[in-house]
Parts: sequence; structure tokens; C-alpha cells
Amino acid sequence: MKYKIFAGICLLFIGLFAATSFYYKKDQARMYKDMAANDSSTFVRPHSRILGPEDAKVVIVEFMDPACETCAAFSPLIKQIMDRNPDKIKLVIRYAPFHQGADGFVKILEAAGKQDKYWETLNVMFKTQSVWANHHNYQPELLWDFLPKASLDIEQLKKDMEDPTLNDIIAQDMADAKTLNVQKTPGFFVNGKPLEPFGSKQLIRLISSALNEKY
Amino acid sequence: MATKLNLSPYIFNKNRERKPMSQNNNVSEGNWYILLAAWMVAAASTLGSIFFSHVMEFAPCVLCWYQRICLFPLVIILAIGLFPFDKAVVKYALPIAVSGWFVAAYHNLLYSGIIPQEMQPCTKGVSCTEKYIDLFGFLSIPMLSLIGFSILVSILFLLKKRTS
Repeated sequence: MKYKIFAGICLLFIGLFAATSFYYKKDQARMYKDMAANDSSTFVRPHSRILGPEDAKVVIVEFMDPACETCAAFSPLIKQIMDRNPDKIKLVIRYAPFHQGADGFVKILEAAGKQDKYWETLNVMFKTQSVWANHHNYQPELLWDFLPKASLDIEQLKKDMEDPTLNDIIAQDMADAKTLNVQKTPGFFVNGKPLEPFGSKQLIRLISSALNEKY
Repeated sequence: MATKLNLSPYIFNKNRERKPMSQNNNVSEGNWYILLAAWMVAAASTLGSIFFSHVMEFAPCVLCWYQRICLFPLVIILAIGLFPFDKAVVKYALPIAVSGWFVAAYHNLLYSGIIPQEMQPCTKGVSCTEKYIDLFGFLSIPMLSLIGFSILVSILFLLKKRTS
């Protein structure tokens, strides 16, 4: 009898937990969908860097941190998917420099953007990341040795990094990350749908389903 | 003759013990349900905290982790005390619950601003005063924890009184 009471309560609790989780996730998905439909500015700001054609119907929004290892690991995968589906996908880069000191790297990127070397610099940063951000042990001085590879004017870059509007860009992106409940980097949204659960296979699936829906 | 003499104290004892024993059974039956209630509070709180961190994806702060360290084992310890009922479970569970209560109380003082921010131990990661939920204007996550630990400590104290 006592075992039955105990087992019954266990089942009840687990059932309640599962049901609440299910409905919460469903509700969240609906909320993101509404946000993407009605208030898309949370996903894309005027300052956001966009790769790919303007009229692409599949939009990948990536909240990233240049010093984040997983972001670097995902970069070739996204490039591959975009190459395989030309003119159908665009990538929006948003910043979520959660770690201390990480916004310095965002500033390097944005300053490089002023020299039209944004994607080249991002590429160099990701490729050399294991050297200058090995396990979150940031050594920005090591990164500076690699930056000329993106054929940047380093003096100009340092000047542009002082631009106070860069802080506003980071603050705006961090605020949007909070609104969209992005807690980890990279945080992906495909046409407003968050990547959940996290994983490369899941991302491929999410993008394919968006491609099937739109094309 | 000798066997009869040896048997009589056994029968006598058995008869004499029958009444108090059945009373004892009722008391321990009640104690079992009280312990079950404590376990239910611990289990519900544990599931609640897992819901916050894994379903709602709130990152737990350092103080939350200390409270969890006190809360999660209670689910197992109290369940062990239920089968079969072991009043000694209070001895093991109560100190853990009391420790958790103190951390929860400290967390609430920090959260409500009675202890100033600079004195808090967690500067890296999630701030312990980060406000995630606010039900009915006063039910924050640290408050839920304090309520949970208060109920647990009260029930375990009651059980301690009833079994000693």
C-alpha cells in the first residue's frame, strides 16, 4: 500500500513536470513566432551584419561571441549549408559577448567592418581562435599578430575601435539576447524559430525545414 | 511442567504488549505520512528548480547551487527513510535542511537588498540578485526556496518531537 502511494506520487510529479514543460515550450515557440512576425527588429537591427542576399527567405540569426569555441566550430557548417543553397539563405550576426573581455573582440570585428573586411576578419579570428582564446584564456595580443592576414589597416582599426557607437551596438545586441532568452553562444534562430535542443544535426534539420517551407 | 513455566512469561508479555503495540502502530503510521509529506515538498522543490534551469533556462547563481546541494539529497534520504519507516532519518535530514534554510535566508536578504550588493560572494557568472520571476509581487525564486526549506525544517522538527 505504502509503495503504491509512493509510486503514485512519483508518477504524478513526473507527469506534472512533463506536461508543464511541454506546454511551456509550446507557449515559448508561439511567442518567438509572434515576435518574428510582428517585431522582427529584435532579431535584426539596422547595424546588424548580414551575409547573403537581401531577399533570401530563410534568415539565420546567430547570437555569437568571436571568442566562443562552439561559434567557431559552427562557422564552416553554416558556410557549407549556405553554399549548398545559394541565394536562399542569409546569415545575421548578432553579438552576445557574455564573457568578460569578449566585447573587445567584437569591437575589432566591427572596426574591421568599417574597412569592408568584416567577414574576412571574422574568418581569421575563428581560424586562429585556438591560439588567442584557448579555453577562454584570452590573449588579445596574440590575435593582433593574425589580423594583418585579413589585410587590415591596423592603425585605422585601432582608431575605429574607440568609436563610442560600438558600445551602443553591443548593448543593443545584449538587450535583444536577453529578450530572446539567449543564454549561451551560439544562439541560433531560423526564421524566428530557436534551435532547440542545441546541436549541429538539429541546426541542419531546422534550416532544411525552413527551406522546404519557403521554397 | 518445566516447559509450561518457560512459556508463561512469553504469553504474558505478548498479551501485555498487544495494546501499546497497536497504539504504537497508529503513531508510526502517522509519522510515515508526515515523512511522506516532507519527501513530497523536497521532490516538488527539486522538480521546480530543475524546471527553472532546464525548461525555462534560467542560469542558476552560486547561492542557488548551495541551496540545491542541500535540497537534492533530501529527495533520496527522505525516500530511504520511508521504506521501511526509519525515525533515524530525521537525524540525517534535519541538519541538511537547516543548512539549506540558512543559505536561502541569506539569499533573500541579498535579494531584497537588506545586505548590500558589494558584500555578496558571487561576482562572476549570474548575479544572485538577478530577478527572474516575480509571482504576485513577492514570490521570487529565492523566496520559493526559503518557503520550501521552512516547510521541510518544520516537518522534520515535528517528526523529531514525535519520535523522541
